[in-house]
Amino acid sequence: MTNTMLRSLKALFLSLLNSLRDLTPIILVIAFFQIVVLQQPIPDLIGLITGIIFVLFGLTFFIYGLEMGLFPIGESMAHAFAKKGSVFWLLLFAFSLGFGTTVAEPALIAVAAESAQIAANGGIIENNEKAMNSYATGLRLTVAFSVGLAILIGVLRILKGWPIHYLIIGGYIGVMIMTIFAPKSIIGIAYDSGGVTTSTITVPLVTALGVGLASSIKGRNPMVDGFGLIAFASLTPIIFVMAYGMVI
Amino acid sequence: MLAWLINFSGVLLSTARDILPILGILLGFQFFILKKPIPNLRRVIIGFIYVLVGLALFLQGLDQALFPIGRLMAEQLTDPVFIHGVDNFTGTIKWQDYFWVYIFAIAIGFSTTIAEPSLMAVAMKANQVSGGSIGVWGLRIAVAIGVAVGISLGTFRIVTGYPLHWFIITGYFIVVIQTFFAPKMIVPLAYDSGGVTTSTVTVPLVAALGLGLAETVPGRNPLMDGFGLIAFASLFPIISVMAYAQISQFINLRRAKKQTTNKNIKSTSNQGANKEE
Repeated sequence: MTNTMLRSLKALFLSLLNSLRDLTPIILVIAFFQIVVLQQPIPDLIGLITGIIFVLFGLTFFIYGLEMGLFPIGESMAHAFAKKGSVFWLLLFAFSLGFGTTVAEPALIAVAAESAQIAANGGIIENNEKAMNSYATGLRLTVAFSVGLAILIGVLRILKGWPIHYLIIGGYIGVMIMTIFAPKSIIGIAYDSGGVTTSTITVPLVTALGVGLASSIKGRNPMVDGFGLIAFASLTPIIFVMAYGMVI
Repeated sequence: MLAWLINFSGVLLSTARDILPILGILLGFQFFILKKPIPNLRRVIIGFIYVLVGLALFLQGLDQALFPIGRLMAEQLTDPVFIHGVDNFTGTIKWQDYFWVYIFAIAIGFSTTIAEPSLMAVAMKANQVSGGSIGVWGLRIAVAIGVAVGISLGTFRIVTGYPLHWFIITGYFIVVIQTFFAPKMIVPLAYDSGGVTTSTVTVPLVAALGLGLAETVPGRNPLMDGFGLIAFASLFPIISVMAYAQISQFINLRRAKKQTTNKNIKSTSNQGANKEE
């Protein structure tokens, strides 16, 4: 008993060291700019050090739980769906996973509120709280829908074995066409919204789902077919947000 | 201590609220559609608890330590007093004046990407799936270089005021051309690495830098020009990851060629030796 405990303590210590190595660049960058370039003292040094210790433990626990919980469940569900063989339920699952993880994403909520502010300043919507709230909510639903659709298309691609680059290039062409017609003020936010939708929990789950599906379907290669779901999820919001800006 | 505990339980609760819809979807499909028990249920539950506590601690620590100082530095670096040496600068701005901003963008883009948990997840998976031929560190460093270049180019754009879509569309062209020459194995992973780079750590720091710049550079409007850095940060890793694969393929090919020519030379010289005998 003590032996296993000792071993897990050692494992924890090693992964703490790994996390420390991952964080060292940030600490060095901040120290260098603060001391050498800006020549300012570091404010609240104790808060900084305790904060870094939290980040260290948090990262360690997260990576630990990732391999224990998130990866296995993503993969086991992918296998179970492949075995069940119902395309409808699999696609519905893919859509709900994309929609459900995005609609509550804090980064998206922040971006939606900011773009409502821009729209109000630009006179596109009325400059009051009610109009801005409904604009922000509409935008959030639009982005969440587009991410759901992206995961759905991505899963369909894995099932059919379509080459990914035609779909992605098609998406790029969509972005370019929309850029011509969309109002100038929404372009920056639309381009950014592609990056903010994929959160820290969604990414491992969706990756495990894709790889799990590709490895349990005959004739699919997990490397060539398993990846790419995230790519769709960061492309469709760009198109849909610009469309939203054009319609409203 | 007590104040900290209350604060932390708040963060824990909000993280739990973010995870809840995901958990609901997973469990709903598992029990009502798949109608199967989850294998290793206890382990999975413990794993989820680790993820929850880990993420909450991570966010709490970032909020307490890195974000305030990162934002402060973004403010100080874009402060006209720091850049022009005077408080109300009236002359025309030169993009070279913002030298330290570009360097900071490179450094912060690289270092936050190395610490990004979702990139670690994808790198681990890619390493496992490729049977070790894609290194965890190789991928992470390639992505981090892409983010660094992207963000510094993005700050250059804010300073100069060029339209965002010129850069992005040029980037798309490069991606499309690379797609046809890069090893087929890497393409989907490269496309994915665009989206995974920008999450928990990078977005808040980079957004602060963009807004800070757009506020202080004369003639820029934070609401119009402050955005776009995330777009750069999610486009350039695609290019850098494909470039990484192309370069390693090129090196391997050359090495293989060298070996075969060496062998040929050896075998011909052997033949020559044989003839002499």
